[in-house]
Amino acid sequence: MDLTALKEDFPLIAGRPDLVYLDSAATSQKPRRVLEALDRYYKELNANVHRGAYRLSVAATEAYEEARRRMARFLGAEEREIIFVRNTTEALNLVAYAWGLRNLKEGDEILVTEMEHHAGLVPWHLVAGLKGARIKAIPLTEEGRLDLSALDHLLTDRVKVVSLVHMSNVLGTINPVAEIARRAKEVGALVVVDGAQSAPHLPVDVKALGADFLALSGHKMLGPTGAGVLWGRYEVLEGMAPFLGGGEMIREVHVDRSTYAPPPQRFEAGTPPIAEAIALGEAASYLMEIGMERVFAHDRTLLEYALGRLSEVPDLKVYGPRGEDRGGVIPFTLGRLHPHDLATFLDQEGIAVRAGHHCAQPLHRKLGLAATARASFYLYNTLEEVDRFVEALLRIHTRYRAWL
Amino acid sequence: MSVLDELYREIILRHYQSPKNFGVLPQATKTAGGLNPSCGDQVEVMVRLEGDTIADIRFQGQGCAISTASASLMTELVKGKKVAEALELSRKFQAMVVEGAPPDPALGDLLALQGVAKLPARVKCATLAWHALEEALR
Repeated sequence: MDLTALKEDFPLIAGRPDLVYLDSAATSQKPRRVLEALDRYYKELNANVHRGAYRLSVAATEAYEEARRRMARFLGAEEREIIFVRNTTEALNLVAYAWGLRNLKEGDEILVTEMEHHAGLVPWHLVAGLKGARIKAIPLTEEGRLDLSALDHLLTDRVKVVSLVHMSNVLGTINPVAEIARRAKEVGALVVVDGAQSAPHLPVDVKALGADFLALSGHKMLGPTGAGVLWGRYEVLEGMAPFLGGGEMIREVHVDRSTYAPPPQRFEAGTPPIAEAIALGEAASYLMEIGMERVFAHDRTLLEYALGRLSEVPDLKVYGPRGEDRGGVIPFTLGRLHPHDLATFLDQEGIAVRAGHHCAQPLHRKLGLAATARASFYLYNTLEEVDRFVEALLRIHTRYRAWL
Repeated sequence: MSVLDELYREIILRHYQSPKNFGVLPQATKTAGGLNPSCGDQVEVMVRLEGDTIADIRFQGQGCAISTASASLMTELVKGKKVAEALELSRKFQAMVVEGAPPDPALGDLLALQGVAKLPARVKCATLAWHALEEALR
């Protein structure tokens, strides 16, 4: 699946032939179309939304709502189920506070996994602390998959929330969310999915997943920073009180009380990130035109090629499962070299990778590592870039042998 | 010489692989920890003060070559110094790696870390132990 020609769509990538950008799991680069959508909004449409006293505001509102329709199409959802937020973190906080704070009781349990990003843990820590709920985790197998056999004893009727990552931002593991959601529903638990890595990289159909919520960040799927989406099943959203209060989310306000608008407006207090949401809609269209199946196939091709070639590098260790249930993320270490030093060496070779715990400290504790270096792929990366990455590692291995 | 060749030298390697004054200081009078939450590197600096003199100092923790070597070299430099002198050295070291100020010869072997100023992503690694030292001394 050759998407090489796409490089030209990305001004930063096209303008930096010296750079091999392998950090798309942190944030993606942006295609020209998305940048133009941002620019066009401010030059031609800038007005506040949902206050259509004049035609410009109506046009801005229409563009913003068109972005909502595109995100609904992107996720296989209904338009009224798409809530624009800042990012995955805000989306998960919204669920923890707006749903968790009102529905969790002392002794209730929240089931997470050992491979969660901190955004999938800390909001639950905050709310569980207030409500006296407990947090338990589905453990990992040696290969870096969820150990589903543990569900038999973990998934009791005390579990009120199952909150899990769809695709690990460290190991690349794609979790069997539909199966876990089905099991969770048997005990009546709410199912919350962190889609920060999955939505940008693989076809996601929220109805097929059987979850109640899915959170994503626009900036990881070719959109600008500042706009993300919380998808929520409408029946659940309808029964929820707001998270943030303010303008836009109300029906009627008195000095001492207020009533709220229906979803999704109920959860979009204040002026939303209008330009960013519109540009995110453009990013979703760009991805849908290519086809998410192709995007995923491209990532998979790069991943398998890279895993093969990385075996040529002595003292290199890679982590994560092998198989179809793995996206384009490779955590690795080189001998005793600290991942931060390794990332600096790679940076000097023009290879941008991340080093650290990637906001997944429990996972690194499980791996027995303080940190890893991480390479992650997206549609604009090429096999030739994988070669450059591997050759840089081989040079580093030779040059800094004493450090290994 | 490239930035990396300048920085990743024999002396840094030695202090990374066999750090000096590493481990617990049983009679520590002051202790402070430093944590770089973005990468997970952590360091604990323990000092034993006699009057206003740093009679002994040790550190422990885990980190990259730059943070470990910086901590190791720091303990060698400030051991036996007065608190005020150590704080002045800390100021000079941070001026060198944060602001890229001309290196002060008083920093001795720590001059080897001068190149960090050219690697903005790594400045926090170099200053981690120094922030802990300052906290322990204050």
